[in-house]
Amino acid sequence: MAQPPAGARGGSPALLTGWGRTAPSAATVVRPRTAAEAAAVLREAAARPAARRRGVLARGLGRSYGDAAQCAGGVVLDCAHLAPGHRLDPAAGTVTASAGTSLADLMAALLPHGYFPPVVPGTRHVTVGGAIGADIHGKNHHADSSFGAHVRSLRIVTPDGAERTASPAADPDLFWATVGGMGLTGIVTEATFDVLPVETSAMRVDTDRVPDLDAALAAMSATDDRYRYTVCWIDLLARGAALGRGVLTRAHHARLGDLPPARRRAPLAYAPRALAAAPPLVPPGLLNPLSVRAFNTAYYARAPRRERGRVQPLSGFFHPLDAVRGWNRLYGPRGLVQYQFAVPFGAEDELRRVVAALAAAGAPSFLTVLKRFGPGTPAPLSFPMPGWTLALDLPAEFPGLARLLRRLDERVLAAGGRIYLAKDSRADPETVHAMYPGLAAWRAVRARVDPEGVLTSDLARRLEL
Amino acid sequence: MRNAVGAVGTVLLLGGRSEIGAAVAERLVRDGARRVVLAAREAADSTEVAAVAERLRAAGAREVHPVDFDAARPDTHAGVVAAAVALAGDLDVVVDAFGVLGEQAEFDADPAAAAEAATATYTGHVSAGLAVAARLREQGHGTLVVISSVAGVRVRRANFVYGSAKAGLDGFAQGLADSLHGSGARVMIVRPGYVATRMSAHVSAAPFPATAGQVADAVAEGLRTGAAVVWVPRVLRLVFAGMRLLPRPLWRRLPR
Repeated sequence: MAQPPAGARGGSPALLTGWGRTAPSAATVVRPRTAAEAAAVLREAAARPAARRRGVLARGLGRSYGDAAQCAGGVVLDCAHLAPGHRLDPAAGTVTASAGTSLADLMAALLPHGYFPPVVPGTRHVTVGGAIGADIHGKNHHADSSFGAHVRSLRIVTPDGAERTASPAADPDLFWATVGGMGLTGIVTEATFDVLPVETSAMRVDTDRVPDLDAALAAMSATDDRYRYTVCWIDLLARGAALGRGVLTRAHHARLGDLPPARRRAPLAYAPRALAAAPPLVPPGLLNPLSVRAFNTAYYARAPRRERGRVQPLSGFFHPLDAVRGWNRLYGPRGLVQYQFAVPFGAEDELRRVVAALAAAGAPSFLTVLKRFGPGTPAPLSFPMPGWTLALDLPAEFPGLARLLRRLDERVLAAGGRIYLAKDSRADPETVHAMYPGLAAWRAVRARVDPEGVLTSDLARRLEL
Repeated sequence: MRNAVGAVGTVLLLGGRSEIGAAVAERLVRDGARRVVLAAREAADSTEVAAVAERLRAAGAREVHPVDFDAARPDTHAGVVAAAVALAGDLDVVVDAFGVLGEQAEFDADPAAAAEAATATYTGHVSAGLAVAARLREQGHGTLVVISSVAGVRVRRANFVYGSAKAGLDGFAQGLADSLHGSGARVMIVRPGYVATRMSAHVSAAPFPATAGQVADAVAEGLRTGAAVVWVPRVLRLVFAGMRLLPRPLWRRLPR
């Protein structure tokens, strides 16, 4: 490595990738412990001549799939250890947490007091800062919107080195540009957000097999308003009449009376564990159309045709993948590409065509998830919009992947939809600019708080954000 | 930035008149590259370079910039790289494709011309390659694609000036690749066999020939898979594993 850039004293060079393990780039990693240390790095970077500036970026637990948390040649602030801690305010129904706090730690700390984060994504290993930067959503989006909708206020260090407070009332432009802003408006150091009171650490789950995509769409449209959490796993390799068949799960937090008597003594007990770890070296091609077809067929067949009121620990419901540590390694040395898009209500035909195109291509995705989105937030770069979202994982080595996904981009754009930046690792600038009409407004805030362009990421460079 | 499926945004082509280089650049543009810098001698005034630029624009490049580059002037090479960065930003891929094949009989008669050709095929790449490597290291990402040749794998009597220069280039590229390990920057060595171009028009085709388009496809595939060495066509890897073992008296008798 060349000499670490100024402002990165104590930093160490490292090759970084996202969760998909594609396109690594090198950066100097610095671990600030306080907001003041983060501010010092930003100030020093801003003071350098433009020609020698390589950018600064905050990184959390590295769960975005693509290059969102990389800053090639620059300084990456590893914020996972930033001033740890949180304060619960039961009267206000909020928690104030350091941006480096992981939702895993927060869940473990809040559940014994009978509270739960307002939104959790498909993994609990994300930080509060990352949850805001990506404006994450969960299985309750149709009912509760995204994480940003629950943030009352946040503290953010901007590139001038000042630590500011932003909220929907105080500097709303900066607040909403930061929500979903992929870390490009500053270093979030702390946030105050709503927490949800719960009686138990269990879920009461209804499960149904759905024979095809139309059945899934119909069931979710008809019954989503009766459940806080809903999601549908889709067998993307099923074709013909079974196109889009899946397993629909809908749930609530279990009430005390839902628990079996033996469990009522410790209704909030919560002890998630990783059951297994993926081996460190996996040969290429383990996840291929054959193996994924076998998995999908078995998964569909094993799911109950119709089951009501099953009480299940919440980690199994929300985070089944977290049970396998490093599951991303199963995709082999070449890594995986996740594709997630949303299309508005009314574009169901286009959604059907996309699913048919993926099925026809034999796309070996075993983690395909369909979800009905509710209202979005005012954040210009926030992903969720009222409509449907489909997320899938594909091996990066899948032949023809680039062209396949480019075709899907075109369809999604034409349908008035968009792709999720936290998952993107391969889109092109024009497409993304057209998908996010709020980009100009977001750039205006960037120009105000970061006129020198100190904050950047590989994603921002690639997509010319 | 190189994305998860191997496409890039910017390309610097060292050797803006190279047919192989132009084919590679065109392929990268078709896969998504937006800005290309063509580095060649008297690039701004050359109709050949202008024709390559036109071809790249037709393929979808948004910007194509000519930049002056002379392989025989190593003191200017760092400046060429800096100029390319000023025009295109971070260099996602640098294609090192310049060089001359020449005619062994003419080299035998004119040792000075042979040394000049060796500069164009080897030493010019040392200064250019190191200047590029310094930039890629600073960026923390990027791939230097070095167009080597099977002629350098085992040097033949029929073209030993060219072959020895390619052998030097290939060794240099291998060492550079190792020195960049862990920096985020990478080197990809491309070893084509006989490629029918203007440069090779005076030589009759060897077994297992390739086209410039096939070299371009192999480079694109190598960028997608992260390959360190690419043979074009692939069978040459096996062929040359055998060639290396041929006894010298036999090797010496090879017609070309």
